[in-house]
Amino acid sequence: MSSSSAINAYQPKTRVGRVTNFVDSRVGGSGMVKEFGRKIFPDHWTFMFGEVALYSFVILLISGTFLTFFFDPSMAETHYEGSYLPLRGVEMSVAYASSLDISFDVRGGLFMRQVHHWSALLFVAANAVHMLRVFFTGAFRRPRELNWVVGTSLLIMGLAAGFTGYSLPDDLLSGNGLRIIDGVVKSIPVVGTYISFFLFGGEFPGTAIIGRLYVLHILLIPAVILLLIGIHLFMVVIHKHTQYPGPGRTNTNVVGYPVGPVYAAKAGGFFFIVFGIIAAISAAFTINPIWNYGPYDPSPVSAGTQPDWYIGWVDGALRLMPGTLGPNFDFEFNIPFPWGVNTLSLNVLFPALVPAGIVFTLMLAWPWIESWVTKDKREHHLLDRPRNAPTRTGVGVAGVVFYCTMWAAASSDLIATHFLVSLNDVTYWLRILVVVGPIIGFMIARRVALALQRKDREIALHGRETGRIVRLPHGEFIEVHEPVDDYKRYQLVSFESPEAYAPVADANGHVSRSEKLRSRASRFFFEDRVAPVTPSELHASHAGHHGEIADAQDRESIASH
Amino acid sequence: MKALSQRRRHPLAAIALLLMALLMVGAIYSAASSANQAQAQTESFSANDAEEGEKLFAANCASCHGLGASGSSAGPSLVGVGAASVDFQVGSGRMPLQMDGPQAQVKPVQFTEEQTRQLAAYVATLGAGPAIPDEEILDASEGDPANGGELFRVNCAMCHNAAAAGGALTRGKFAPSLEGSSEKHIYEAMVTGPQNMPVFNDANISPEDKRDVIAFLKTIEEQGSPGGADLGSLGPVSEGLFIWVAGLGVVIAFTVWLTSRSS
Repeated sequence: MSSSSAINAYQPKTRVGRVTNFVDSRVGGSGMVKEFGRKIFPDHWTFMFGEVALYSFVILLISGTFLTFFFDPSMAETHYEGSYLPLRGVEMSVAYASSLDISFDVRGGLFMRQVHHWSALLFVAANAVHMLRVFFTGAFRRPRELNWVVGTSLLIMGLAAGFTGYSLPDDLLSGNGLRIIDGVVKSIPVVGTYISFFLFGGEFPGTAIIGRLYVLHILLIPAVILLLIGIHLFMVVIHKHTQYPGPGRTNTNVVGYPVGPVYAAKAGGFFFIVFGIIAAISAAFTINPIWNYGPYDPSPVSAGTQPDWYIGWVDGALRLMPGTLGPNFDFEFNIPFPWGVNTLSLNVLFPALVPAGIVFTLMLAWPWIESWVTKDKREHHLLDRPRNAPTRTGVGVAGVVFYCTMWAAASSDLIATHFLVSLNDVTYWLRILVVVGPIIGFMIARRVALALQRKDREIALHGRETGRIVRLPHGEFIEVHEPVDDYKRYQLVSFESPEAYAPVADANGHVSRSEKLRSRASRFFFEDRVAPVTPSELHASHAGHHGEIADAQDRESIASH
Repeated sequence: MKALSQRRRHPLAAIALLLMALLMVGAIYSAASSANQAQAQTESFSANDAEEGEKLFAANCASCHGLGASGSSAGPSLVGVGAASVDFQVGSGRMPLQMDGPQAQVKPVQFTEEQTRQLAAYVATLGAGPAIPDEEILDASEGDPANGGELFRVNCAMCHNAAAAGGALTRGKFAPSLEGSSEKHIYEAMVTGPQNMPVFNDANISPEDKRDVIAFLKTIEEQGSPGGADLGSLGPVSEGLFIWVAGLGVVIAFTVWLTSRSS
């Protein structure tokens, strides 16, 4: 007693005080609360998608744990004896039978399965939207480049988690998905067949794959995701959150609310909102009705067989790839090696790996590509409005169009049946669009961004068009413009607009090739620009127009008397 | 026997053997294919039915299928398609054709049951073909839905979708959704192979197995969707569309609400 009071002189009076003091004096809780409780987060709805992804992941962990209690990842053969009549007596794997039991014979099992699957779809969707927000607002710039890489890795791990989970129930749909993966793996020259045989423990489908995917799905991948989430959030705390530009917001402050109590309450409440939305969807809408698909059998493929949405673009690329070009060229090459002839089947390998390779490489490299072109190595905590970085916005839109075209191609059969068009025509058009679409998307998005900048400039200088037409005494008609307030104007004029630069010679007077390339890239990025309004321009226009409007209003009031 | 063995090196022996072999193969084939033929007409048509049917045919069908149903450039010959084919095409509203296209669309039925029967009777007189099936083979309650489900997944689901929601074929053709199709029409479609569908004759899928398929379709139709609204039973595409539009839409509404300033 005496020793403890010597270390800690503070004697709490209430029971709660004693408990908290007990904790505090042992693990230093107040220091953490002091640090994190005062953390400021800016308020904007687009900043909440990362949170949605995090909460979906928590829901995935909870619902997934429930499912592991009842799921049996065995590929042993059995005859279904559960309560779903149209499958009773059918031969199937134990994995599929236990998935059916979860759906029909475990209390609340179907609901939990649907919670798990819907939250998986929402997890990847929220990830994707979060990354689009970060890209289009330039939040990946220094010091957040590494966190952008961690986020991209999280997305890739999300796809891996989704795909391994999709395959577990061992129904016809998931088996068809695995068969495609098997085909892609086997199309890798030389080592492909070996990898496939190692993965499946022999020829597809074998009896090992479900157990192996199960271990990846419930152990390794979630562990990696958790680790990456930890790193991701740790870096958010270190870097502080970005904010949109506005009066009083600078690169050295964060304007918003502290975690304690405002954000803790908001974020905690938001978790239950997300949980509620997923629960409501799961209670009312079927997802992955495995009982429709039947047990896996390598011979049948059902119409409408697609992967979950986030793998759809790879499936779409496979659908778009022509099997042959003309009557003779079939994208297949037989390459003689010292040990024999190996086949290179580009009509599988190319669509399966190249588009995804392009998208992920560009995503990972973009922060460095952009800072190389702009020579901008400064720290950025203020975000760009997408219109104020027209080329970046154009590149982002091009990527979205490229992705979405392949995504649409994965549902080409449903487009054909639902819009009463020919499946072949859908494929031809999407083939053209996947090449031309990104270019058109880039040009249109950049032009729209520049046009919006011009509109901003117009509003900053001349105010908002009110639609009121006033006739001056000498017969001239003018439209009254209402000047915007200072807060609004600040947002319209305070942004950076870099200019294209000429190549710079080094000390020897030599212009290196990379410097020339960089200058050309810079011209591509910044040749078309709308200069931000300068204070002198603002002053000049303000003075001129103010008088005019005041004049007009004076006359109006005289006329009305 | 001796006479036969003496003539085995006769110059015409090879031709005689070949002739015998051909005859045998032909006989076996005709026996086998008649086993695949649909059974005799179970529904008896009167001569009057066929007569009335011929008049209806001349007035409504002959412009494409030709007088005497012998076919024209606009429509195929109907000799030997059988009463089941007429009952399916006319009874489900596909014929008369609404417009030219990749395949016949379903539209409101144009003929009464009596008239359809008469047309079927007329076409049945032109040549042997699959007959309109018996009531007892259509009784779904007698069938085994589990066996039917397996047959459906192996034979039908690649075009009609595992949940019979329909699917796309090439060049604007399609396999329709089977929801709401009558037992009789499902059976007739299997034996006659309408539009782009293959024929599943009785050697391929026995009448009892066909009844099992019908039992499976009726079971999944009647039980509804155990997991809630089925989003068209179209698979992951409609699920993805739903989470992006409805799921994220509601989430965004909440994020806007949570970050709005109280005024």
